[in-house]
Amino acid sequence: MKTPFRIRGRKKVAQAQQRGIVSLADWRSRRIRWTLQTVHGLTLVLLLIIGLGPILWLAKAAITPTQDTLRQPMALWPNGFDLDLIVQTFTKVHIERYFMNTVWIAVGSWICQIMVATTAGYALSVLRPRGSNFLFGLVLATLFVPSIVLLVPLYLTVLDMPLVNLKLVDTFWAVWLPAGASAFNVVIIKRFFDSLPREIFEAAQVDGAGPFRLFWSIVLPLSRPIVGVVSVFAVIATWKDYLWPMLVLPSPDKQPLSVRLPTLERGIQLDLFIASLAIATLFPIALFLIFQRMFLRGGGLSGAIKG
Amino acid sequence: MSSRAEPAVAASGVRKRRGPLTWVSRDGLSTLVFLLPLLLIFGMFSWFPILRSFVMAVQHTNLVSTPTFVGLNNFATVLADPLFGTAVANTAYFALLALIFGYPIPLVLAVIMSETRRFKGLYSALAYLPVVVPPVVGVLLWKVFYRGGPNGAFNSILGTIGLGPIQWLGDAAMAMPSVVVEATWAAFGGTVIIYLAALLSVPPELYDAAEVDGASIWQKVRHVTLPHLRGILFITLILQLIATAQVFTEPFLLTEGGPANSTTTVLLLIYQYAFGSSLGGHFGEAAALSLMLAAFLGVFTAVYFWLTRSWSTES
Repeated sequence: MKTPFRIRGRKKVAQAQQRGIVSLADWRSRRIRWTLQTVHGLTLVLLLIIGLGPILWLAKAAITPTQDTLRQPMALWPNGFDLDLIVQTFTKVHIERYFMNTVWIAVGSWICQIMVATTAGYALSVLRPRGSNFLFGLVLATLFVPSIVLLVPLYLTVLDMPLVNLKLVDTFWAVWLPAGASAFNVVIIKRFFDSLPREIFEAAQVDGAGPFRLFWSIVLPLSRPIVGVVSVFAVIATWKDYLWPMLVLPSPDKQPLSVRLPTLERGIQLDLFIASLAIATLFPIALFLIFQRMFLRGGGLSGAIKG
Repeated sequence: MSSRAEPAVAASGVRKRRGPLTWVSRDGLSTLVFLLPLLLIFGMFSWFPILRSFVMAVQHTNLVSTPTFVGLNNFATVLADPLFGTAVANTAYFALLALIFGYPIPLVLAVIMSETRRFKGLYSALAYLPVVVPPVVGVLLWKVFYRGGPNGAFNSILGTIGLGPIQWLGDAAMAMPSVVVEATWAAFGGTVIIYLAALLSVPPELYDAAEVDGASIWQKVRHVTLPHLRGILFITLILQLIATAQVFTEPFLLTEGGPANSTTTVLLLIYQYAFGSSLGGHFGEAAALSLMLAAFLGVFTAVYFWLTRSWSTES
């Protein structure tokens, strides 16, 4: 137990000292300081243009008339504002319906993922019946199968579920249930449960807690942080998903924003379309600004898994 | 993990011969209840479809008639399809361009950003912003930027310096680079964050030591920072290659594989086999092509790790 603490302590000291590639001596040299400050300034400008620029453009185009966007797309100050566009995205496009569909799909997928991952993690890590290592191996193995292999057979499965002969296509279940089969979730939840001290479980058992009580009153409350991480990933993944919901939700009244927006492109005028894009971006950006720290720290993890 | 001490629940009670009664009394039933979601969901939506893809690849399936065994015919059909060569070449071209555009940029940005003294959070938030934009919105927004006329957003910028207009998506030679630029914009922020985290783990003593030896800033980057990032650089490279081999949303929404199939990737071809309006319903061929892609990626990854095993493990 001692080494991790020592390493973590050292890292903290390093951060406190702000010791990076450039030393204090380097900073004292005027030439180096100027070069570095220029490089940093240019990087900031570049990041503003490529990171913030498109989003600002989207915000501007969402409240300016089509003719402006078509004739002078890069004009800094528009010729007129058309705030009615925002109203029209609700009255004409009914973007709130697709937004609610996205929310429903995200909530259902989240519940399904958390249910499967916590119960499986508990069974595989704490209860550990015979063959649980083999079972965990089967779960791990699916991590190495590219999702493309699943696409076609999974589509045929939701078209007509074997054994039960249920047709899930065009219901939210077709997105919710397959989302639960996430090996990534099971692995990180099981890892977390593995790290919980066994003494707590033993103490609970001595006090007469059965497996259900142990799960509900001890393991779940302890695992709040990791469940939070998995939840954020689950919601982001659903929000981003396009191909799968497009395949299994053919009727427009069930489609989420990501599926509906491309079809809108052909049906409505440009300014209204861009206003719809802007509305669809608002929510994720607001979430990002609120949970910025979590994204920027955990972002690496999700990026590594999604490739 | 298996080296861990026997867990509390399994350890209680002595393991002897088990009958069904001891199984129930030892909470076998409740264990099964907890395993049920895993077994049902993974069985139905993961394990079974994976097995089924192997079966489908050797069957003629079109939902209407009952599937018939056709051996390796599906593989032969795919390999003989003139679009197959195009799709493989396009995917390789996409991966190559994505590597040239997208691989060095996050690394350079992360090294620069790690040295800023003010607004550190602002830099990384700005870099990560495109990742937050939903992919579909990003693609559709860039489609507006890429409008071909002289008044398209990019063309109007080019126009001010007397260039263009360029048919970004309408020209067979320009279409793929345009798609890759959008994909790079959408993804670079995530990689920057990974590198920033990795840069924190470089032991500061090494920089001190390098300075004692009189190393310049560039020499410190070259001989201390980069060797330390080697492991993570190898991982992000293979992950990026695997991801680009499966690219779908960008070419599908920006160009629909056109013009003249210049952006038809392997995934787009699989989609067309299975769900396309003209080719659709060829599930066997789609499964065969998916398996070939997966097998290729598996072999590629194995060879990659075997070739780089000596470089990536030290550090």
